[in-house]
Parts: sequence; structure tokens; C-alpha cells
Amino acid sequence: MATRYFGKPIRRNEDPRLLTGQALFTDDVHLPGMLHVAFVRSSYAHAWLRGVDVAAAQAMPGVVGVYTAADLGAYWKPGPLLLPPPPIANRVFNQRTQVPLAKDKVRHVGEPIAVVVAESRYLAEDAAERVVVEYDPLPAVVRVEDALRSDAPLIHEGLAQNLNAHIVQQRGDYAAARAAADVVIKRRFRYDRGTAAAMENRGIVADWDAKTEQLTVWDTTQAPIAIRNGLAGMLGLSEKQVRVIAPFIGGGFGPKIMMFYPEEVLLPWLAMRLGRPIKWIEDRQENFFATTQEREQVHEAEIALTREGKVLGVKDVFLHDAGAYAPYGLTLPINSQCTLLGQYDVSAYYSEFTAVFTNKPIVTPYRGAGRQHGVFVMERLLDLAARELGMDRVEIRRRNLIPPEKFPYDHQIIYQDFAPLVYDSGNYAPALEKAVDLIGYEQFVREEQPRLRAEGRRVGLGLVTYVEGTGIGPYEGAKVTVETSGRVSVATGIGTQGQGHYTSFAQIVAEQLGVAVENVRLVTGDTSEFYWGAGTFASRGAVVAGNAIHAAAVAVRNKTLNKASDELEVAPEDLELVDGTVRVKGSPETAIPLGELAARANPLRGAVRPGTEPGLEATDYFGPERGATASGVHAMIVEVDPDTLMVEIKRYVVVHDCGTVINPMILEGQIHGGVAQGIGNAFYEELVWDEQGQLLNASLMDYLLPTSDTVPRIETDHVETPSPLNPLGIKGAGEAGAIPVGALFAQALEDALAEEGIEILEIPLSPNRLFALVEAARADSAQGEGSTQGAAHG
Amino acid sequence: MTEMLNEYGVTVTLTVNGQTVTRTVEPRLLLSDFLRHDLGLTGTHVGCEHGSCGACTVIVEGEAARSCIMLAVQADGLEVMTVEGLAPAAGELHPLQTAFREKHGLQCGYCTPGFLMTLAPFLRDHPEPSEAEIREAISGNICRCTGYQNIVDAVKLAAAWQRGEVMAPTVK
Repeated sequence: MATRYFGKPIRRNEDPRLLTGQALFTDDVHLPGMLHVAFVRSSYAHAWLRGVDVAAAQAMPGVVGVYTAADLGAYWKPGPLLLPPPPIANRVFNQRTQVPLAKDKVRHVGEPIAVVVAESRYLAEDAAERVVVEYDPLPAVVRVEDALRSDAPLIHEGLAQNLNAHIVQQRGDYAAARAAADVVIKRRFRYDRGTAAAMENRGIVADWDAKTEQLTVWDTTQAPIAIRNGLAGMLGLSEKQVRVIAPFIGGGFGPKIMMFYPEEVLLPWLAMRLGRPIKWIEDRQENFFATTQEREQVHEAEIALTREGKVLGVKDVFLHDAGAYAPYGLTLPINSQCTLLGQYDVSAYYSEFTAVFTNKPIVTPYRGAGRQHGVFVMERLLDLAARELGMDRVEIRRRNLIPPEKFPYDHQIIYQDFAPLVYDSGNYAPALEKAVDLIGYEQFVREEQPRLRAEGRRVGLGLVTYVEGTGIGPYEGAKVTVETSGRVSVATGIGTQGQGHYTSFAQIVAEQLGVAVENVRLVTGDTSEFYWGAGTFASRGAVVAGNAIHAAAVAVRNKTLNKASDELEVAPEDLELVDGTVRVKGSPETAIPLGELAARANPLRGAVRPGTEPGLEATDYFGPERGATASGVHAMIVEVDPDTLMVEIKRYVVVHDCGTVINPMILEGQIHGGVAQGIGNAFYEELVWDEQGQLLNASLMDYLLPTSDTVPRIETDHVETPSPLNPLGIKGAGEAGAIPVGALFAQALEDALAEEGIEILEIPLSPNRLFALVEAARADSAQGEGSTQGAAHG
Repeated sequence: MTEMLNEYGVTVTLTVNGQTVTRTVEPRLLLSDFLRHDLGLTGTHVGCEHGSCGACTVIVEGEAARSCIMLAVQADGLEVMTVEGLAPAAGELHPLQTAFREKHGLQCGYCTPGFLMTLAPFLRDHPEPSEAEIREAISGNICRCTGYQNIVDAVKLAAAWQRGEVMAPTVK
């Protein structure tokens, strides 16, 4: 089929509003009589709460009320467990979820203790400073490795230790693989915390109309339907009484998902109690404590190979930091576990993780969502193996790729969507070779690098692969309506945070109905427009909602053809939908505009025939049986300044396969942005905690986000291996750019600093950290010990 | 809030997007909050409240300025332009706005007004900017979505239109 709109780089429908300052974001909602909120938050990471004195704050001018946990009565409940642990044998899982306001104990810095309501935000903040909290400080669990020590302070009473979960998954017989191996390499890897830092902080506006008994909530959430359902339950309202609107959202990246953040639970309750609209907008400092984070893990991993570089088995045992509470189940460590083997055909895999509680902010998915860790460990092990075996790093990857004939490829373990981890489709070798060509691997390694090294320049190349499990269920739905104006409206339940849904989803509809993309108007993120759905996460928007929209658009197309067939007395197969009309093929003057046909399908006199429905409208749903696996290769060339150890990225190449592409311009934008975040995570961003669990760099002055002078131009190319799991053949793309960047930096920097003989086993890096590694390596070699740590043979 | 202001209120008069406005404000009121909440010009966004991210950039007396680290009272008597005033006329777009759309220089769009208001004076002063100059000009604005590349390309395109080297598309 020749596509007209699908697959084209069409400019975005949503842009004019965003470019002129007319797009509505949550903080732009202003209602008459609106109250404002500031939170009193814990200044300790771990402490007993001995008292909260709100009297002075309560008495301040403009203050409407100050509330603590005691004021919430029966409304005070721990938040829901969003996802139960997957059905894996012998699992251990201890459920502890966040509370609206801390009652007896605080478990991380920034945990809310009291909420101040006032006539303005300025006054609310003044009053919040007058709330006196009496703490009885406790030692804090900060490092993930310390959480299970016998002398570790206990974070959650009622548990024997700070254990959130323990899971083992395995395939084949790792012990046998190890025994048969020529080489076994073992290392310890660390991946530290970062924060998503969406440019828009979180926010909520709640408005209770007592006369209509309707609650309206504007929320910076990625999943408005889940929030509506949850709020209705908590507040004792019907779901029909609650309307949640996720308007334009200034970046999501995971942490804006349906968390039931304390603020999300409290603002609607306060609006109902006070009978006035109420607003809370998170400030940037709060965002560093009150919004969830990722991604601290420590892995002890080993790889067993033949002398020829064939991987026989991998064993990985890791610790995962859940933070102070764990509302999101085990999605993150399961993603790490299930992404580690990546594009490689490995028949023996043993993976065991322990998730622990610490006195740090809650950890939930952030772009990549645990996948980074798995990719980092595996790609690092392959690099170390290549070095050990004297083998080319591309060649060792080539030798272990899953061959195309092995798809669908069953890993025999369970994925985050509780379905078996089965890769739907893939064709890895062509993408690898494309990346090798694009970055000029052979030429760089043989000619350019030796030449530049001879000049004293420290240049290095990295090339790594990854997969991304995307597009998981359960389902999404959509309603497509041809209006009598000839315009088409589309409603779906997911939220949108910059992914271009207003355009890509319009393209899917335009393709079926033959209308211009700008004449398709999408409504998304408003529960009054579409009742059912799950939300935007796990790179699933285009896959799941996209296919639901496609199904609804196909149904409208069929209705349109049938109706026009009646009107024109022509068989449906002789009709076509072009330029907003239905017309007879080969006789374009015999045509009815879509809008007129929609009007005729909704007559004012006569009858709608039995078995038909009025209007040109359809609602449909799509739920994939399991996720679709996207894949790709990143390659880059870096130069390291020998004095400052500052890194400059000279070239960056991405070859990506996310199945069928709806809008290549939007897809490339997703990749650029993902890579930029990956670069931040790998080299600039680091949350620094002291031993009391205080965050030392909670501002954008101190937490370094990548800027225009640190993110390079990104060259992209694509391979298209459609997914057989959905009619459009789409795989998700939202997280891909961010996933392999840590592994890429590690390889490229080791290469650039080859003469120093450093090993990079951690992320994030920085010039300071590189300096420390170089110094340590020099001290080691001065002692004549070399770098044999951890390597074992046999 | 007005009744509480009487005690501390300061009357300011300034020009915003060509209109003269007079309001009584608290001395501590940030210019960003004044524009957004007192005047309802919510196109100016706030990302960090400490002058780091550039999202709140507006044009004060012809130059880019961060409205989150400026008080409303400091704008007394000055001329301020926000993103709502950037387009030459209602229903039209500034070349930078059109170029951002053409080159996909925005995703979530939250940081975009700050980029536009940083770039408008830059482009006026640098009609033929190099890529390095463009990257330097926007290095104080953080975008978490685009990786900057398409923003750089949008600026190049807008500059070419401005120089008349390339025909600008008709904007509606």
C-alpha cells in the first residue's frame, strides 16, 4: 500500500500552541478563589517524629489551614501497590508503599510531614517555615550495600531487615557452562542514581463543585485514567464524578506516572474539604526529593566463554535500591534482569537480585527503567572478554548475536509484563554492520587512531548494542469520529508529554480516512473524553494506543464506505477516500464530502437502519499478547583532554530498529533526546548524598544537565523489522536513545585512555572520576601488580 | 490577596507586549510570577526558580532576561516582551517560531518559550551565526527532550530566512 501520511516526516499539529505560549500546562490553570499549598518536608533521612506544632503557622495572615497526618483520619492510608510482583517461583516480596503525610517516622529527606494551605503560594511558604517539627534522628541507610548489614538501622518496622524483594530467574545450567568454559571473567559493577529532571516540575490543581458533585483534577501525570480510578476509590466517589485532565505536560520520562504521590492524594481531599479550588506546583528543589528517581544497582557478574569468544553463560547477582518505599513493584530490577542478555544468544543464564529499602527518595522507572544496568553489565563483560581473548570488540559481538532464524526467541524467563520474555522479531547483524560502517570503525582503528595517538591525542571509539522491551499491554482504546464539518476527532486515554501524539496518531487516522493530518484533532489525557486505558509508559504509546487508533479508524473507514455505497449506489470496493471526500474510483467528480456523509449518517428524519449505528464513529481497543522488542547499536568517537580529562564527543551514531515508523522526524527527535539524557546519566549527572542521606546537590546549578555545548550532533540510520505482534508492525522508541550510553562511554573512554590501562566498572563518570581511575591505575602499575583483579581462568 | 498587599504594596507601571500595565504588587513578587499569575501571560514557564534553566526567559528592554531572578518592581518603567508578544501580528508566527516547527525543534514545548526569547535578540545581533555561536547562545537554556540538534538547525533556518537567502514559507 502506498502511504499518504503514514511514515512521513509531517510537522506537528501541536506546535503552534506550544510556540505561541497558548498551550495549557497544569500551572497555567487559574480558577477564581484558588488556594495554594506548600509542604513541610522532612529535613532528616531517617527519624522518629516526636511532634509537629502548627499553631504559629495556623495563626499567620492568609493561612486557611495546616494539616498533619493526624488530621487526615481514615483518609490516611499507605498508597497502592501499583504492580504486584510477577509470578516467579520462590519470590520474596515485602510490600511497603508511601504515605500521604509521615505519621510516626520519616524515611527520606523531603518526605511530606504537613501541608499548609493559604491564599497565595508566597504566604503558604512563609507559614510552612513556622511549622515546628520535633525529630528524634536515627542513623540512615544510604549505600545500597549497607542495607542488609546486620547492624543496619531498620527502616520499616515489622520487617526483619531492609529487604524489599528477592528473585532468582535462570535458564539452562550456568554451572555446567562455567565448567566447560575456557575463560571466565568476573567483575563488580555499579550504576548510581540520577533524576529525570523534566523541565516542568510536577503539579496538581483540584476543584470540587459541590452543586454538581464533580471533582476536576489537572495533574502532571502520564496516566490520568489510573489516577481517576484511584482517586474515586479513595474519596468515595463514582468514577463518573471525577475528571482527571493531564494537559500539556513538560516532559514525563517515567516519574510522572500514576504514582499516587502524596500531593496527588492530598490536593483533591483538601479541595473537597475546603470547598475551594486548590493548587500545588512543585518547585525545583522539591523535585529533587519529592519526585521519584532511578537507578542505583550493584552487580557481581561473570561471563563464561570459549577461546573463540562464544558466550556459554552469564551469571549476575545484584542489589537494587528501591528507596524508602516501593510502590512500583519489581519492574526496574526485572527489566535489568531481562535486558542483560540483549542481542546475544546465551543458553545459560543465572540472575538473582535483592531489592532493598534505603533512606533515599523512592525509585520508580525513569527512561530506560533498569534496562541500562543490564546493558552496561553485559557490554562491559564482552569488552573485558575481548581484551582477555585478544579479540576485536565488534567481532566478539558479531559471534554472539541471535541469528534472524531464531526469532521469535524465547529467553525462558518472565518479563515485567508477566509474559514470557520472548523477542518477537529482530535482525541484528545488519544494524551492527551499518553502525560499523557509519562510524568508520575499521578506518578509525587501523589508521586514524594510531595517527592521532602518535600526536599525543587521546581518542577512543565505543560501539555497543542493546535491546529495549517496549509496547507492553494490557491495552489502550480509542474513539474516532467524523464530524459534520469534515474534521475528524480522536480520543484516547493515554497522556502525552512531548512525544508528538497529536501528529503521529493523526497520521494513523489520516491514512485510513484520506483527510489532511491537520484536520484530525486528538484529545488525549482527559478522562471525560475517553474512559478506558492504562497510560504512557514503557515506550508503549505508539504501539498500543497507536494500534487501537488504527483499529478504530479502520472501523470508521468501513462505515464510511458502506454509507457512501448506499448514497452513491456504488459497491464499496469501487470507492476511495481522498482529500476529505468519498469518491468513485476513476470518476472523482462523483464524490461526497466526509462531513456531509457524517451528517447524512445522523439524520433528523427517517430512521437509522437496524444493524447500523448513527454517525461515522467507532471505538476500538488493542492489547498485545506481550511486548515488542526494539533494538539498536550506538557508536561514538571521543577525545579526552590529557590534562583536564574532560571528554569531547567527536561523533555519535545511532542505528535503530523500532519496526514500522509512523513519523521519522518524531522518531529521530526521540532518539536525539534519549541520547542526550543518556549522556547526562553517563558523564554529567550524579546525585551526591552524605552519610546522613542528605542530598548535597539539589539544584540545577549543582546537578549538571547536559547543555547545547555538551550534546553532539547525532547521526541516525534505521533498520525496519516490523513486529508481528500488532497490525501496524510498530515497536516502541521512547527509551532506546538512553539505554546503552553508559556502556558506550565506558568502552570509548577505556579505548581513549588505553595507555593508562584503566577499567571502567561504574556509571556515572566525570573528569574527576576519570582522574581518580587513572591515578589508581598508575599507582597499581608502579607497584608492578598490573590489573589482574578479579580475573579467573578455567 | 489584594487586601493583604495594601500594607506593603508597590505600584509598578511597565509595558508588556506593547501594552501599558499598572499593578500594585508585593516587593518580593518575582517578575515570572507577575507575568504568569497577575497578568495571565502563562506562556512564560518556570523550570528552576534560580536562574539556571532559562525556561522563564523574557525580553526586557530588548535583551534576554530571566524573569525568575528578577522582581516585578525591578521592571517598573521598563519594556517587557513575553512569548505571547513575539509574533509580528495575531495569527502569524515569528520566523523562529516557524523554523522551530519546520525543524522539530521542540517536543514537550515547556522550555521552548525561553529558547525563543533567548534567540530573538541573538538572531537580531547575529544575522549569520555559526553552529558554535548558536550552541553558545543557547548553552544557558536547558532542554530535556530534543538533544538541542534540531533547535540549532531551526536557528540556522530562521537566520537564512532573515537574510533572504531562502524563501520563508507563508505562515498562517
